[in-house]
Amino acid sequence: MNQTGNNTVCSSEIDASCRVPLLALFGGAALWLVLGILLGLAAAMSFHKPDLFANCACLSFGHAQAAANDLVLYGFIIPAALGVILWIFARLSQAPLALPIVPVAAANIWHLGVLVGTVSILLGHSTGHTWLEYPRIAAVLLFAAFMLVAVSAVATMGFRSNREMYPSHWFLFAGLLWFVWTYSSANLFLLSGQPPRGVVQAIIAWWFSNNMIFVWLALVGVGIAFYLLPKFANKPLANTGYAIFGFLTLIFFGTWCGIPHGAPVPAWLPTTSAFAAMLTILPIIALAIVAGKTVCGSGFSLCAGPFCFVKFGTMSFVVSALLYVAEFCPHGARVLDFTWFSVGVTQWQLFGFAGMILTGAIYEILPRMMDKALPLPLLAKLNFVTFVLGTTIYVIPLLIGGYEQGLKLQDPSVAFADASGAALMFLRASTLGQALLLLGSLCLLLNVFVMTLQWKRGLLSCALSAVKAPLSGGEVKP
Amino acid sequence: MKTGFSVFLACFVALGASWYGFVYGPLKQLGVEQQTVILQSTDNWPQQRTGEATLGLQVYRQYGCAACHTEQVRQTGAANELDVLTLGTHNAEDFKGFMKSLLVVPELMTSSNDIVANLDKWNGQLPLVLYYGQNADAVSALAEKLKPVGVKTDARVVAVGPDIARGWGTRQSVAADYLYDQPVQLGSLRAGPDLTTIGVREPDVNWQLLHLYAPNCVVPNSTMPPFHNLFEVRKKVNGQVSPDALPLPKGFALGDDMEVVPTTEARQLVAYLLTLKNNAPLYEAPFTPVTAAK
Repeated sequence: MNQTGNNTVCSSEIDASCRVPLLALFGGAALWLVLGILLGLAAAMSFHKPDLFANCACLSFGHAQAAANDLVLYGFIIPAALGVILWIFARLSQAPLALPIVPVAAANIWHLGVLVGTVSILLGHSTGHTWLEYPRIAAVLLFAAFMLVAVSAVATMGFRSNREMYPSHWFLFAGLLWFVWTYSSANLFLLSGQPPRGVVQAIIAWWFSNNMIFVWLALVGVGIAFYLLPKFANKPLANTGYAIFGFLTLIFFGTWCGIPHGAPVPAWLPTTSAFAAMLTILPIIALAIVAGKTVCGSGFSLCAGPFCFVKFGTMSFVVSALLYVAEFCPHGARVLDFTWFSVGVTQWQLFGFAGMILTGAIYEILPRMMDKALPLPLLAKLNFVTFVLGTTIYVIPLLIGGYEQGLKLQDPSVAFADASGAALMFLRASTLGQALLLLGSLCLLLNVFVMTLQWKRGLLSCALSAVKAPLSGGEVKP
Repeated sequence: MKTGFSVFLACFVALGASWYGFVYGPLKQLGVEQQTVILQSTDNWPQQRTGEATLGLQVYRQYGCAACHTEQVRQTGAANELDVLTLGTHNAEDFKGFMKSLLVVPELMTSSNDIVANLDKWNGQLPLVLYYGQNADAVSALAEKLKPVGVKTDARVVAVGPDIARGWGTRQSVAADYLYDQPVQLGSLRAGPDLTTIGVREPDVNWQLLHLYAPNCVVPNSTMPPFHNLFEVRKKVNGQVSPDALPLPKGFALGDDMEVVPTTEARQLVAYLLTLKNNAPLYEAPFTPVTAAK
């Protein structure tokens, strides 16, 4: 944290160098978030009125839920995270963004990939593997775009004046490597002409899901929080030793979770996952201590600004990660597996943790890189309130309903219809949370779009005035 | 963690190890799996699906059925069961008295309460489940005592667990079951019931088709959405009902001159669902099938 008052000129130059790539990444991300939540709502409607989409297969639960989840992860979280990573790397390096045109092109390729993937799922061309539903062509586009952004990010990191890496560097750099390895590996095996036989497919998909939804989100979310929290709290990151411990244990233990207890695979696989899951409690606690000590003493504020977003996101990380780990311990798994509980935990990780931190980071970065205040600050505050309420109302009923459903599924004397009926009421209540999330995401979209429009109008008027300006340079001689 | 290289190295080792364990390891262990032989049989498991059913799996994938249905049964343990098939010369009341007199035998002392409870709730129908539990000695002792008096029994090993008790399977699902699935559709949520043995539970093609067209007409209060896209609603030709038309019950039927005919996709999907019957005992998931006892 050494970019403070004395080099503001440099900071504003750095922020300006990020302007075009970040607008391209954030603009698309905000739009995909709205569409993702809308599709999620459509999917949830199947449990209010099952025959609502009887004649429209593309919006049935099986289509819409997969498309919605992928839109939130690939459409919103990853591009938004990439934008924030570029900005943080530039700020930490005290240097303008390297190769700024590359992430602009990458953002467009990425959004094209998301569009192709989403349309494919809705038309029934999903691959059938959870979190890897996008068909081959979309996966290739996403991978290529990610590589391009990663090149720019790593080049920017290479320009840093202080060679020692800051904790955010470890987490975010690891996040870049993680996605490249896991996404390419999983897609190469599962979407190749000759995929592996039988249940190996499911094992690879579980490995990928865990590394993406748990490890990657944790790396990126915590990495961003470790950069922003000290800035907001105006003091250095506490206990760097704990941060090293948390980072190393997260990448060494967290990556072995993911195989559900009782899965139809050789027993050593779920046993390893259960053991790793117990060890993963260590990094969660260590990272929570670092974040807690950093924020501690900064005062409790209800300003609903970026600080509040990041604080709520960090708290969500700790709770959702502990619940995630609980799903892999054998006693928990027996009750919680195959219920809405896991859905609730995943949605908490997506919206409550990653979504909150990224939205907060966007609200922090946007005014700095555009060099002007947010166009709709009230909507940004409304965004915080709706996201907090929305996530809570969306997730808590899923967790309680899922637990209830799990207990009833364990008792064979309870009819299956009664067991799933137990969760139905909670499920319907959670739709209200999704509606609030939709409202919040619209606030974000409006802020990003209005700011982009204002900037483009400024550019246009600047260009027009340049065209209209009288030629200087003396009289033209005949 | 001071240089980029040390962070890269840490990540490379951590992720490389998990890749080696969870991607390369299973590929080596399970990727070369072949058909296996069913216990006490010469038949192979699993059987390759027919063309129609193979295409049906693609319809299953396309409609995202795995979003709500699992195809994996879990088992918490195994138990021994002794079924009485015939009573020989005894009648039911005689048999109850005779059995209670046997319970003083030392091997049966620990299980006597269970056996008495089973006898007390027995309504006289055969087969009678005389003993069900972990005590293998009790099963062999009972079989030994009952054989000389002409009572025919069957000692069985059965899988135990809530899924099994719900009738969703006779044993746990194992890796071998999915050998011919591409893609493997295990599912992770039971918003609807498990489908591992749907082909055994509901073997009727018409039931399956009706269930896809209007779930409520065969399962009242079902939360499953209807899939009208898989059916064609058309006018009857010359007022004649097509042989393929769905026999819709009252309340679900359309007008007199209309009929509902399943599309090829619907037939393929049903053909696939009817192949789902994981009911063969395997080395890694043994049980004694009921059919073998009779």
